[in-house]
Amino acid sequence: MATNNDTQLKLWEVFTQEKAGASFEHAGSLRASDNEMALLNARDVYARRNEAVNIWVVPSESITASTPEDQGPFFDPANDKAYRHPNFYKTPAGIKQI
Amino acid sequence: MSETISKEQAFDQKLANGQVIEPKDWMPERYRNQLIRMMSQHAHSEVVGMLPEGNWITRAPSLERKLVLLAKVQDEAGHALYIYSATETLGVDRKELIDQLHEGKAKYSSIFNYPTLTWADMGAIGWLVDGAAIVNQTALAKCSYGPYSRAMIRICKEENFHNKQGYQILARMMQGTEVQKKMAQDAVNRWWWPSLMMFGPTDKDSPNSADLMKWKVKLHSNDDLRQRFIDRTVPQADAIGIKIPDPELKYNEKTRHYEFGQINWDEFYSVIRGNGPCNHERMKARTKAHKDGKWVREAVEAYAAKHFN
Repeated sequence: MATNNDTQLKLWEVFTQEKAGASFEHAGSLRASDNEMALLNARDVYARRNEAVNIWVVPSESITASTPEDQGPFFDPANDKAYRHPNFYKTPAGIKQI
Repeated sequence: MSETISKEQAFDQKLANGQVIEPKDWMPERYRNQLIRMMSQHAHSEVVGMLPEGNWITRAPSLERKLVLLAKVQDEAGHALYIYSATETLGVDRKELIDQLHEGKAKYSSIFNYPTLTWADMGAIGWLVDGAAIVNQTALAKCSYGPYSRAMIRICKEENFHNKQGYQILARMMQGTEVQKKMAQDAVNRWWWPSLMMFGPTDKDSPNSADLMKWKVKLHSNDDLRQRFIDRTVPQADAIGIKIPDPELKYNEKTRHYEFGQINWDEFYSVIRGNGPCNHERMKARTKAHKDGKWVREAVEAYAAKHFN
């Protein structure tokens, strides 16, 4: 039947900025054939109720992501460097603000 | 030693700690498959659910009603998209899911196999069908699978508009002429019981419930959610003078819940098996829309290949 060798178009990830100055956040995914259509669809699907003032669309295949197996070793460098945090340092008594 | 615990144990521990499972996390195949089944059914329901209401867009009684109905049906298309996307994170392709729907291999909510006979049905659907969906989806918003939970949160926000616009249609009609009041009551008479069936079989007859509850996909049983829906809906009916078509319905002061009559499960299973009033018509409309849109999808792909590669 006609449905079998059918296309569902390319998969895109949508990022929206809620208000000027805010970070972009992942809103969801959608299907579109090109970047113009992806942007229009993103507006229609993820910003119908003023949820966004700006939108990014990215082909899903262009995203490289860490994997859960990485979680230990990949993020290890962050774990043994307590001196990167301000509370690692003791302030001399009597100092109100530093 | 922590290395000695199996993947299954680690998974169970995560669930026990209330952690959310994300797409790339290890999960048991049965968890994955049950989610694909449940989520794709949900997505299909959003798609097929556009048909009974689409029926009234061209015949809405005013331009305002038409705009509202258009917006609602557009939301349903968006809901389908959110849930299909969430389902795809489990490693299944949307094309595969849509083929399953069109080939009759996948189910969708049997409520959409009932006809929309009058304008009052738009009120009854928004109030009762979307009302039942809200109770269901509010629970699913806390489910253990991250993408499903996030899709539900988004959907619940939009669903409240659907529920209120439906209730307002009926409330307005109940302030109208005798004919309008009758029409509103008739719509509720026809949609009440199928809405109760939307929560699925009673707990003892629900084959997938035990697994789904164990995995925290479902956090409440079908019967609990059905009760919750009845408890919140009956006072809304009273407020606008609608009678719930159940002679056995009564409030129990002790339990603080409504007691209700027997659901006709024979009808439920018969509609699921394909013998509802509109099963055939719905699938015909759906496959036709898909086929008729094929040239558009091909054209935009050809355009993209020419201009963007």
